[in-house]
Amino acid sequence: MPDAVIAEAGAHAHHPRLRHHFDTLGQQKAAASLGMWVFIAQEIMFFGGMFTAYLVYRMWYPAGYAAASNELDLTLGGINTAVLIASSLTVAMAVHAAQEGKQNQIVGFLAATLVLGVVFLVIKYFEYEAKFTLHEAHHAAAQVRLFPGAGWFHVDGELAPIASQIRIFMVLYFALTGMHALHMIIGIGLLLAIMNMARKGEFTPKWYTPVEMFGLYWHFVDIIWIFLFPLLYLVNRHH
Amino acid sequence: MDASHPFEYPEYEEHVVPKSVYFGVFGALMVLTVITVAVAFVDLGNLNVVVALAVAVLKATLVVLFFMHVKYSPTITKLVVVSSIVWLGILFGVTMMDYLTRGWLMAPPLMH
Repeated sequence: MPDAVIAEAGAHAHHPRLRHHFDTLGQQKAAASLGMWVFIAQEIMFFGGMFTAYLVYRMWYPAGYAAASNELDLTLGGINTAVLIASSLTVAMAVHAAQEGKQNQIVGFLAATLVLGVVFLVIKYFEYEAKFTLHEAHHAAAQVRLFPGAGWFHVDGELAPIASQIRIFMVLYFALTGMHALHMIIGIGLLLAIMNMARKGEFTPKWYTPVEMFGLYWHFVDIIWIFLFPLLYLVNRHH
Repeated sequence: MDASHPFEYPEYEEHVVPKSVYFGVFGALMVLTVITVAVAFVDLGNLNVVVALAVAVLKATLVVLFFMHVKYSPTITKLVVVSSIVWLGILFGVTMMDYLTRGWLMAPPLMH
């Protein structure tokens, strides 16, 4: 709602988005931001549990980690890293556009983020699909089918002696990237809702909290991937 | 609005990060990604994982400070950010205190 209309509201003279238990929009936004960060802290601990499992098994089974990491698709993983970083930029630009009240740019940058998010998931789908097919190992004389499910997982030849170690790595790979992908899917749902609000012109330079809070969530998901990429794809690549 | 209210955050409402900062951070993140992949193919022994994590921490720090506006956020937000890292450190630290020290205090073999 344009700020001029709000000023004329008279008897109820405050911004329509200002809740009564807050004094100012600035205070309200600081509270929203703080709440979002507490949620992100909780998310860090949620992923932290899986990262801890990764750490312990990496210490115990370096050979399995090295072999399994070399079987992941570095090209697709690298492209996806760039795609996510680009999507973080477009979200940051959407927040910037909201701060400047540029309605079309908000929608445009959010749409760009949506496209990049979908591109990430499509690439991830093809990466996952390859783990369900029996194929020659890239860095060893062996045949592998890496999905760690019963009846699926298969590792023979040179890699047979460390098959169980490779399987543990693949369990962590699917747990970590799977939870990350779930966060992306939830993010895309939130993105669609916020794009709809932006399309209706609900955001003004005085109130654009949903865009900013969505941005925090999306950047957090990006940060998780920033750690997943080297930890999963770059173990012992020099061998 | 009551300007004298102690819980106001005027600077929080008004700070707009210039676009150039966002483009700069984006460029740095891309360059760091290329660096981390390139370094992974060089044999640095145990330092490979250290470099990989150092680059990841640097990238995450750039995202948190600039994309997530923490550099321009109230102190209490910064406190939550730092606390979350400390708590993660406790999770890693206490877990590794167990796993890294297993076998240190094994009883000596019995003499028959």
